[in-house]
Amino acid sequence: MSKLLRTYEEINQKIKEGKAVVVTAEEVIDLVESKGVEKAAQEVDVVTTGTFGVMCSSGAFLNIGHTKPRMKINEAYLNGVLAYAGLAAVDLFVGATQVAKDDPLNKVHPGEFKYGGGHVIQDLVAGKDVLLEAFAYGTDCYPRKKLTTWINLRDLNQAYLFNPRNAYQNYNVAVNLSDRTIYTYMGMLLPNLDSAGFSSAGQLSPLLNDPLYRVIGVGTKIFLGGGTGYIAWEGTQHTPTVERTSRGVPKAGAGTLAVIGDLKGMSADWLWGVSVRGYGCSLAVGLGVPIPILDEETMYYCSVKDEDILAPIVDYSSAYPNGTGEILGYVDYRTLREGSILVQDKKVPTSSMSSYRRAREVATLLKEWICKGEFLLTEPVLKLPGIESGLQFRNLPERPVNNNFLTGGR
Amino acid sequence: MTVSQKVVLRFPSEVADKPVVCELALQFGLKFNILQASISAHREGVMVLEMLGDKSQQEKALSFLRDKGLEIESLSQDIRKVEERCIHCGACVGVCPTQALYLEKPSFLVKYEESKCIACELCISSCFTGAMEALI
Ligand code: SF4
Ligand code: SF4
Repeated sequence: MSKLLRTYEEINQKIKEGKAVVVTAEEVIDLVESKGVEKAAQEVDVVTTGTFGVMCSSGAFLNIGHTKPRMKINEAYLNGVLAYAGLAAVDLFVGATQVAKDDPLNKVHPGEFKYGGGHVIQDLVAGKDVLLEAFAYGTDCYPRKKLTTWINLRDLNQAYLFNPRNAYQNYNVAVNLSDRTIYTYMGMLLPNLDSAGFSSAGQLSPLLNDPLYRVIGVGTKIFLGGGTGYIAWEGTQHTPTVERTSRGVPKAGAGTLAVIGDLKGMSADWLWGVSVRGYGCSLAVGLGVPIPILDEETMYYCSVKDEDILAPIVDYSSAYPNGTGEILGYVDYRTLREGSILVQDKKVPTSSMSSYRRAREVATLLKEWICKGEFLLTEPVLKLPGIESGLQFRNLPERPVNNNFLTGGR
Repeated sequence: MTVSQKVVLRFPSEVADKPVVCELALQFGLKFNILQASISAHREGVMVLEMLGDKSQQEKALSFLRDKGLEIESLSQDIRKVEERCIHCGACVGVCPTQALYLEKPSFLVKYEESKCIACELCISSCFTGAMEALI
């Protein structure tokens, strides 16, 4: 680590006094360009990052409060969307990609997936009443068997977002080499390389500004869904060991974050239920991480530009679904945002799945909160696994099962 | 009287590789702009066409095309962008064939220029939030 310029305590003291110098991950690029890393690192205390996009592996825990007589819920639906009830009596978990139980799914392809768990979360946060239908088998201590009621976020004991995998550090660029339109989580992809989908906030994205996880760690306080939250753990599929550029920037999806935060302080503007045609439901999440400029190296990594970040181009009609790992080439985010890329000598128009505009708004809001003294930084209590961990992305080693062992579970 | 009308032509695979559209000019003296086309030999195709010329000649031309086995829909639908529902992701931008939907810079807001829209509805299928609507 290069020379320590300031500690968390010193930064927080300045924030409390309203004296902290805060810039966004976009603004810092020009600053470093004009003044150099050394000078910029001396001047700036905090760089704010942001991203707003569809993030599967999101969900919320809700404690709805006990009924009289008591009930140990066995099966529950929120606005017709199955919520997991196998936790205790009245604790539920609603997952973002759970689709309403009467949805026709992909029976008529591509399905519309009008309403799902992501929409339930958005409705709750918007303060709307949500229909709860719950069933139980009844016990001596929890005799009630059926419950139908409206619930509202304000009445719940606890409601917190817990997203096992958000803020992917870089991602694929999806294209379609086949001769039919395909409907993927990377959006609708037109046939014969007629469109491409990409997803990262690039130079604004949290983990791309701290590519080696030097400062972002477990316990870091963040902007989450318009409120505040914390990094709870490494995200699922966190893979620090992918190939990197000379700046340490991963050339594929790498690090991820598991995050937690109180739903009651969040806003429906930053948690958006989405319907991805032919794919399913999910939740678009606004997430931002403040990066304390502890030393020059931290500043160097924060000055990353879209043109420094390369994403792999992957065919979603064959290579992706079959998991072949085949890559058609690499392209940088500056080119992606210019509107078209070259793939196999063809000019392919690009679509972004995550909103650069709103990523910028997240970083700007977080900056304002810090400047106003409303948001203090926290020092991580645990580092995220880095390259040295050797953590690899593993596929499932499927093993044959004898029929005698089958449980009948679907 | 010269009028303009936009139509969607659907070609069954048997006629996809036959030159029928040029007959609009040759037989009926019409001018036309191909606004969008996705056709290849031996497969179904779709073409959005703007025809310019005499109204009665246009009617004759359309019945000629129907006789050739094409399905014809008039393109009278309006496509609307509901701003409150738009999260400015840009998922619709790369699929819009006419750049009626585009990313404005440096604001990075996704803007909609209705006059360029040919009502292909690709944005409706690609939008995650239901922000693009067809008004019938
Ligand atoms: S319908 Fe949508 S995708 Fe098609 S031209 Fe109009 S705006 Fe573009
Ligand atoms: S896809 Fe929908 S939400 Fe995204 S920019 Fe287009 S209209 Fe807006």
